[in-house]
Amino acid sequence: MRRRASVWAWVILVLGLLYFFIPLIATFEFSLRAIKGRYTFEAYRLAFMDPAFVRNFGYSLMWCVLTIIVSLALVVPAAYWVHLRLPRLRPVVEFVTLMPFVVPAVVLTFGLIRLYGSPPIVLIGSPVLLIAGYVVLSLPYMYRSVDTGLRAIDVRTLTEAALSLGAGWGTILLRVIFPNLRVALLSGIFLTFAIVMGEFTFASLLSWPAFGPYMEEIGAMRAYTPQALALVSFALTWGSIGIIQWLGRGAPGQGQIAGAR
Amino acid sequence: MALERPIRTDPLPITQGDAQPARPPRGLSSWKNWIGLVPFFAFAIFFLFLPSFSIVYRSFESPQHTFTFDNIIAIFTERNLVNAYKASLTVSLITAAGGALFGFLLAYAVILGGLPRSLRTFMTTFSGVASNFAGVPLAFAFIATIGNAGLITRWLESAMGFDIHQTGFTIYNIWGLSIVYMYFQFPLMVLIMAPALDGLRREWREACENLGGTAFHYWRFIALPVLLPSLLGTAILLFGNAFGAYATAYAFSGSFINLVTILIGAQIQGDVLYNPGLGNALALGMVMIMGFCMAGYAWLQQRTARWIR
Repeated sequence: MRRRASVWAWVILVLGLLYFFIPLIATFEFSLRAIKGRYTFEAYRLAFMDPAFVRNFGYSLMWCVLTIIVSLALVVPAAYWVHLRLPRLRPVVEFVTLMPFVVPAVVLTFGLIRLYGSPPIVLIGSPVLLIAGYVVLSLPYMYRSVDTGLRAIDVRTLTEAALSLGAGWGTILLRVIFPNLRVALLSGIFLTFAIVMGEFTFASLLSWPAFGPYMEEIGAMRAYTPQALALVSFALTWGSIGIIQWLGRGAPGQGQIAGAR
Repeated sequence: MALERPIRTDPLPITQGDAQPARPPRGLSSWKNWIGLVPFFAFAIFFLFLPSFSIVYRSFESPQHTFTFDNIIAIFTERNLVNAYKASLTVSLITAAGGALFGFLLAYAVILGGLPRSLRTFMTTFSGVASNFAGVPLAFAFIATIGNAGLITRWLESAMGFDIHQTGFTIYNIWGLSIVYMYFQFPLMVLIMAPALDGLRREWREACENLGGTAFHYWRFIALPVLLPSLLGTAILLFGNAFGAYATAYAFSGSFINLVTILIGAQIQGDVLYNPGLGNALALGMVMIMGFCMAGYAWLQQRTARWIR
């Protein structure tokens, strides 16, 4: 019984691994074919030499940093407050953080453009909408990471101890809570980074330069560089998730799951 | 998606937010209890709820800014729009069912199939990466794999002498797109099902065997009923995941495949439907379907929590 099940397990595993790896191998092989008849890294050279690559990549990094700052500033106090003072609001906050799954990125962009594209409030032309979209996208992951982190420490006692020693709320958050949440915050940060770095929908539809739309543009223009860029993007995702796993080793419940874009 | 309730294996901290009802210090005025949540809710109102509400509102607005049901009627009658919904629903159904089935089998193989433990860690990490590997790069990866000059395509041609394009086959249709979507769909299933399968206790199986039950009895009366809510819940999640996807489809096939998301994207870039209200109605339909999905998911998730802790 056990043995036979194991054979099936191997068969399915091998099928799964093939499905995982064939596209990656194919992408790599494809990216090496820039010069006819032999394998070279020419496509990578072309990709990295393009000044537009550096510019768009730089923009994406900037969007990442801004998104992470705003997301942290919104989520950490909210999650902390919910834990400490208003546990009754937990379902409401959780509902809000899950909204991006109900409102897909395209739909949200559509709503944002229509709402803030004409008076009374005009935000088109400033990156506010882009960052807002990215923050919405990061909410589920950021909130879940922070929430898991807060569950693991004794927020109330830490806060009371800090208060009794005369600390203000700013000190408590920055010097007591944040350091204790280091791993949780870092996994939220890296997950947000992985999501924002290759994001296409918001940047493309709001017409901001970013790595995602740049990749798409190159895909329409060149033959082999897009695959080189795809592997760069994959390496970024792999790196971020790897760091999260490494940080969260031994800490259960830090699983990270993201969705489609 | 970080949707699953984290399945806790660690002992709960003794002091827990939920465990004790809130006891706000009496002397504090009530606004101080809210101050930490104000930025969060303000953000949610301005950048989530108002835009969503404006979609609902404008779905019922005619080009002359009067109230109308025409837009809503149009998404059920206008051929272009009906086809878009059909295409989106088909891709979502195919990849949700396929992803759920294969993801479940893979999770089962890795967790309960008696495979080496190291494979399991590898598989969960890899699933984490693969479920995040969506959008433009994923489309490029599959163009390099099964596109016109892709590895598999060339291999079929050179090794088997089989030119798949002569049969009129193309990957730039719903089935091709489904193959692409599966790449992030079934790892998501693996990620969510793995903890659920871990929750199946060995004692249940032993109890079943002691009572003379066979493997069939175990699956039919114990394992399947316990797993069913999370299986269905995750399948719904996969459905919504595929339904809302835009970047992958856009980069993979441009506007060859007329999905709802592609149509809304085109509507944003230039009013291709020649009626702003129609775009809103399309978006509203998406929000409604996604909303139903999430409600179903939440309901099933509560049922799961009963058995698997």
